[in-house]
This record gives sequence, C-alpha cells and structure tokens, in this order.
Amino acid sequence: MPNYAYPPMETRRVMGKRISRQDGTAKASGKAKYNSDVRPPGTVHAALLTCPYAHARVRSIDTREAEQLQGVTAVRVIGVAGRELNWAGAEVAVVSAVTEEIARDAVRRIKVDYEVLPHLVREENLARAGSRAKPAGEQVTGDPDKAFQEAEVMHQGEYGIPVITHCCLEPHGQTVAWQGDKVEFWPSTQNIAGIGTDLAKNLELPVTAVHSHMDYIGGGFGSKFASDLWGVEAARLSKASGGKPVKLYLDRAAELTIAGVRPSLYARIRIAARRDGTLTAWESQSWATGGYGGGGINADLLPYVYRNVPNRRINHSAVSTNCGGARAWRAPNHPQLSYITCAPMDDLADKLKMDSLDFFLKNADFTVRPAVYRAQLQKAAEMIEWKKRWHPRGDSGPGHIKRGVGLAVGTWQGAGHGSNCRANIHPDGSVEVELASQDLGTGTRTIIAQVAAESLGLPINAIQVKIGDSGLPQSGASGGSTTVGGVSASTRKATLNALEKLLEAVAGGLGAPLDQLEAVDGKIQVKGNPAKSLTWKAACQKLGVRTISETGNHNPQNAMGLSTAGVGGVHMADVSVDIETGVVRMNKVAAVNDCGNVINPKLAESQVLGGVIMGVCAALMEQRVMDEMTGRVLNADMEFYKLAGIGDIGEIVVHMDITPDHDKRGVIGLGEPSTVPTIAAIANAVTNAIGVRAPVLPLTPRHVLAALERRSA
Amino acid sequence: MSSKKEPQAGKPKADFSRRGFLRGAGIGGGVLGTGLLEPEAQAEPQASPAMLGPGEIPITLTINGKPHKLSLEPRVTLLDALRERLELTGAKRVCDRGTCGACTVILDGKAMYSCTVLAVDAQGKQIQTVEGLTAGARPHPIIAAFVNHDGMQCGYCTPGFVVAAKAFLDRNPSPTYDQVKAGLGGNLCRCGTYVGVRQAVLEAAKELKGGRNA
Repeated sequence: MPNYAYPPMETRRVMGKRISRQDGTAKASGKAKYNSDVRPPGTVHAALLTCPYAHARVRSIDTREAEQLQGVTAVRVIGVAGRELNWAGAEVAVVSAVTEEIARDAVRRIKVDYEVLPHLVREENLARAGSRAKPAGEQVTGDPDKAFQEAEVMHQGEYGIPVITHCCLEPHGQTVAWQGDKVEFWPSTQNIAGIGTDLAKNLELPVTAVHSHMDYIGGGFGSKFASDLWGVEAARLSKASGGKPVKLYLDRAAELTIAGVRPSLYARIRIAARRDGTLTAWESQSWATGGYGGGGINADLLPYVYRNVPNRRINHSAVSTNCGGARAWRAPNHPQLSYITCAPMDDLADKLKMDSLDFFLKNADFTVRPAVYRAQLQKAAEMIEWKKRWHPRGDSGPGHIKRGVGLAVGTWQGAGHGSNCRANIHPDGSVEVELASQDLGTGTRTIIAQVAAESLGLPINAIQVKIGDSGLPQSGASGGSTTVGGVSASTRKATLNALEKLLEAVAGGLGAPLDQLEAVDGKIQVKGNPAKSLTWKAACQKLGVRTISETGNHNPQNAMGLSTAGVGGVHMADVSVDIETGVVRMNKVAAVNDCGNVINPKLAESQVLGGVIMGVCAALMEQRVMDEMTGRVLNADMEFYKLAGIGDIGEIVVHMDITPDHDKRGVIGLGEPSTVPTIAAIANAVTNAIGVRAPVLPLTPRHVLAALERRSA
Repeated sequence: MSSKKEPQAGKPKADFSRRGFLRGAGIGGGVLGTGLLEPEAQAEPQASPAMLGPGEIPITLTINGKPHKLSLEPRVTLLDALRERLELTGAKRVCDRGTCGACTVILDGKAMYSCTVLAVDAQGKQIQTVEGLTAGARPHPIIAAFVNHDGMQCGYCTPGFVVAAKAFLDRNPSPTYDQVKAGLGGNLCRCGTYVGVRQAVLEAAKELKGGRNA
C-alpha cells in the first residue's frame, strides 16, 4: 500500500499554491452551463401554484380551464380537496406547457376554494406563541441559583436574531425527463450522489432508474440536498407529458418563501462574573422558529464556545409558525449562538468596565481551545488595531459619526465526508479523476486537480477532473464543510494507487524496485537519480492498450491523518455609525480563521471573504419580514430582501496560520466557520460606537435609531 | 423557435417605450448604477402605444453583431428570449425584476437589466451579451482579471458582473477604487465575491488601457 501522507509542505509543487480556479474562465465567460441553463430538446416548462394563505384547507380545486389551454401538456394537483396547507407558499398545483408564459397563464386559470384558518407567523413575542411553543427540557450544570446570588457583577438582557433566507441566486429547481423506466435528472443540488436516490424513493422507482447530472450550481448554502416536492412533481409532469423533459425552477418569490430559511433565535440572558472579570454563571431562556416544524436550534450549545462556564441553566422553546420551513444554513446554529453569546458577554464586559478583548481573553480557559482562541484574539486585535480603536462605551468623541470596534468567536468541525474516487491513467498519458461530487463555488474541481497533480508529479493542467454525475464513484453531499477533506483524501488515495500500478509497469525497464521510484516533474525516475527516468508519456506508453483504473476511499472513521475536524475563529469589526440617520458603515473586518492543510490559499481566502460578507449582510440588512395580517412574506424579492452590494462591505483582511504545525492536522473545511463570528463582531462594534445595544438584528437604521432613542429617553 | 419568416414589413410597431413606462412608474430599475435615467431618455418623445400580439410575432434581434430571427409573444423579456429561445444562457434569471444585475446586457452601449426589457423593444438595437466578449482563444481581459482575482465563487452572478464591468469601463476607462464601488453597485452576489471583483475591475482597466486586447 502506498504511503498516503502528503509530502512536507515545502516540497509540494502544486498543493498549497495560489492557483486560479480551473473553471474560472468558463464561469466568467458565461460558458459554464448550470442546470437552470440546460434545456434538452423537447423541453416543456412548468409553473407552480402556491397557497396565498398562511393556513388554509382546500375545499375544492378546479383545473379544467388550465387543462384546456392550448399548449398545456399536463396539470397535477397537490392540494387536493380536504388538504390542510400550513404556510403561504405551500404547493397547490403544478402545470407544464410548451412555454413558461403559457404555464403561468394556466396556473392563473386554476380555481381553488380555500377555507382560511388561523395562523401564527411571528415569534418575536414568546408570550403570544401559546401552545405553538414547545419547551425542551431544562439543562443545568453546577449551581446557577447560588452563582447568581453570589454574583459580584451581573447583566441581563434580551437579544434577537431573525429568520433569514438562503437567497441562492440560482433558484431551486431542475429539469427532469421520465421516460419508461428511466429518469434523467438535472437538479441544482449539493448532493449529486444522493439526490437521485431521494427522487427514486419518492417516485417508487429503483435507485438505479435515476441518473443525475450537474456541472455547476448557483449557490446552495445548505438548502439544496433533497429532491423536493417540486422535483418529484416535475418528474410526474414529465411522465404525464409523454416523457418530455420538464423544466421547473422556483420564481424569486417562491424561492424566498419555501426554499429554506435559517431559524431565528431570541433569548433572555442572565450572565454573571466576579469583579476581576471571571465568568461565573450563564442562564438563557431562548426561543426560535424554523417554520411549521418548530425548532432548528440546538440551545444546548449555549453559552457558545465559552461552554465550560461552571454554572449554567438552559431553557429553550421551539415555536411552530405558519411559515416556510428551515433548512441547513451555512453553519447551522452557530451564527445565531455566537450572537446570543458574544453580545451579552460584551455587555457584561461593559458593566465590568473592562475592555471586551481583555474579558474574552481572561475567560478563554472556559473554551475548549484556550490556546487557539488566545492566539486568535491577539492576532485579530493587531489586525484591527484594537488597542487604538477600542474605547469605553459612550466615549465616541464629538460629531454625529461614531466609530467603534467589536469582536466575536466561532467554532466548527469540518472533517472530510465519506468519499470514493477513481483515477484512470491512459496509455496516451492522459489522467482522469472521477467522483460523484460537486463544486459549490468553493473550488472543489481545482483542489481535486491539485491533489491529483501533486500525487502524480504532473502539472495541474494534465489532470481532467470529472464530477457532477451520479454514475461516478459515490462521494458525500456538500454540507458541513466536509467536501474538501473528503474529496482530497479519496483523490490522494486513488491517484497513488493508480501510480503504483504504473510504477509496477515500468520498474523492470528502469531497473529499480518499486519503492525506489518516484513521480516528479512529469517524469518517473529512480529516487535521487534523475538520469534514470522516463517521461510520464513514455511511461504510460508501456501500458500498451491497458488503462489503469484504481479507486480510493476516504472513510471518516479512519482518516489516516489526511483530514481532521475542529477549528476556532475570531472576527473583529470596525464600523462607523451615523447617529442622525442610524446608518452603519463597515470600515473593516479582520478575520482570523483556524485551518489545517490548506490545498489552495487563494480559494481558502475566498471562502473566508465570502463568509465575512454573508455576515455583513445578516448583521446589517437581512431579515425575512412576515405580515401578521396576511401571514405572507412581505419581502420575497430582492429589492426588499436586502443583500450587501459591492460598496457596502468595507475592507476585509484575512489571516490563516498556514504553517507546518497546522498543516500536519490534515485538511479541514473552511466554508462554514468563516461566516460564524462576523455578525456578533459587527453588532458589538456598533454598540461600542453608539454606546448602547440595539439588541435585535439586523442593525438597520430603524433598529439603531430605536436603540439611541431608548438611551436618550 | 427561430422563424424563417421575414419580419413584418417595416419595423414592428414596438416603439411604445419601455423607458417611458419606467419613467412613468418612477422606477429606474432598468438602468444600472445610480438608477438615474439618461438625459436623452428623458427627452425622448413618448411614442403612441401599438398593439402587438397576442400570440407569437416574428422579431429580429441583433446580438453580438449578428441578426437572430425568432418568433415569440410580445410579453417575452429580452432575458427569456436570450436564455430560452437562443441558448445564450450567460445572462441569468435571478430576481427577474431589475434589482440584482445577473441578467445584465449592453444595449446600444448602456448596461441594462435584460429582465426589464421586452425582447420586442430590443429590436433595432445593438445587444451585447457576455458571449460576445469571448472571441478568439484568449479570454477577454475583464474575464481574465475576474479569474486572476477569484472574483467569483458559484459564478451565477459573475457574467452579469463581467458585462456590467465592460459597460462601466467603456465609459470610465480609468476608474478610482471608489468609482468601481459605485459603478458596479447595480449587481448583487450572494457568495460574497466583491473583494475579488473590485480588484479584478481595477486590473482590467489597466490591461485595457494598455491596449493589448481592447
């Protein structure tokens, strides 16, 4: 068995290099075909009728006029008479037609009589949730009552972070063709290996009946794993349309209403410390909604990161609301928990009259990685010029523009998922690496090519990476920042296994035993004797007509040091707030993110930059607004569901410790941890700037001005 | 979907003005950047509305210098005509109402959201799409700069940014950093690629000024 360990950092030729993403030109030139761009011959278009009420029962549904419209190929009813629908946007019927315009016309011709039922769509006020709130059992560590009685300094407050959406730019959807006993499936998915299995189960077909394809995905962020009702219904429309491919993508309103959200989190917090700043107790009564199913938040992780505070009491209620359901959202739980923990900690530091940085440092022993967080806090403080910029609250100087800094912490796991890879070495010297994986925009294609090139001693452009097809060796879904660890390990093994076969084929000719041969710089050579060598091409010619095809498997239970889990992260923010308008401007974010073996620093930095920018959006702009009266999403569009633009993000500086010490941990995913601490860091910076907490996010002018008003009242 | 038939004699009476509509409705969503309408658009006399359709009509669009004949309903947007009738899928449908810029094309020299332009109204105009930036083996300097600075992740917004950057640099070949931030303000990205985009546009400006591949 080859030695799968990576060569020492300093000897790597392709891994660890700032190589541009291999599909960058295809993407930027518009040549990359996303599945929403795919339109096989004969494709018909589908449109969805959704429920306009937050809670209703279908009395009757009449689709005759839709069916009679010229150009309609099939109509299917989902909301049959008697069906209870539990959120506005729930699927009622679906129509396919020769053009999308006709499909939409047909949807408008469907007549539905609803019995409208009472609804609950807002959860900010727990008292109004009544029986819709389901308390989880209380969790107690130590003796919180005694600790609060004896507390030298205590803070209590209420905080909230609202429901936000994924707002993937490529909406959820697919094209699908069901002909006879075969289904060809082009979904927008984070799960090319598994989504067909899910569809097959829903269609009651054998898993082998479904073949899934996807070259590119336009954003997922945790919301695109399953085949979804619209996928299943599109397949049935295809069958009903004589096997024509059916293209059904959600429109933007549906995308922001039913395609997944991040759960909210609201909490009443009590937190106590000794006068010297040592944390002694935490108590939280929190609640959240993830839609009709309730929950979606694991409050047992509170206090976040600073988990080992000796005395804690945790209560949490999951509130069921008549809203579209939650899905995994980049680092599920963590950004909310980071805010709900780091904001009250920052407020307690203020009561202690301590610099927040000193307070977070002093209590680092309550985290699971004291040394990591200490080092990261100090590094980030340097990058943001904390000692120069931090000031006690309310001491922001004259004028109406107030400047402040804030910090927060995060953590994540990020170990590689199960993955299989096949490496083919052809007699002409060409190399293919094949996995049923997907590139979410993280650069998966590129890092696979880098690992393969490194392992085979070839330049990166000698490697052809094939992903995005369920017929290839199975690799995990892209969730939990597990992809890079999984695909790098399986690629490493498959390529080294294939190389070993090639070395066997040429060892005799080179007159050296196997373990004396190496693949470097496009050659197979005797170690330490480059004179005795064959070019890669000449070596492969020795295969005659035989292609080497070897697989590699990464099993997370036996990672062999190739991938590992567990990172810390610290972000610090520098903001300016106009106290006359309430507008917050980002000056700078300093992001210090833990890492392991970084295969491509350029792409890794992009992940962190993206995580920070998503945090800026969530801290300052994003919230799904529900209308209490109609029960509908008021901002299911991109004018009023706000995202940051290119001028809104300030400067962002990233630090990762790319060192031999970190490298030997193995590969660790970065996508999720990089977005966790930003929100709370910005919120704490705004508080530092204006001298008062605006406890409910996002920090829109309205929320900022309300906080300032409370202070002056 | 393309039709072999010649367009109806003369120019189709498609001159009821989308811009007039925008002006009347008080939204400048179809125009990038500040959302301000151009002076000449303000001065344009309001043409009388003409009835087109219902049903498909033959039209001709001049895209990247080449005429394309097709048959579509007058309500079809330029974006949907490009994507669903012509396989020009570089422009993406994201917000579908003039907010995000993923569908940006250049219409007679101006960056426009193609989701807010009717295909019939784009007749007689020079339509430039992202596909038009890729002639020859070498990528256009703007595309190369986006790759070099990793101004993309999932890539779904990227062609819109590239086209917006082209229109912006055509008008402002030597932009400052702050001008880039304002000039590309009509496009949204969800993955968070703005840092790379800013650097890419500045680098592309330098490359293009060098005249090596204008």
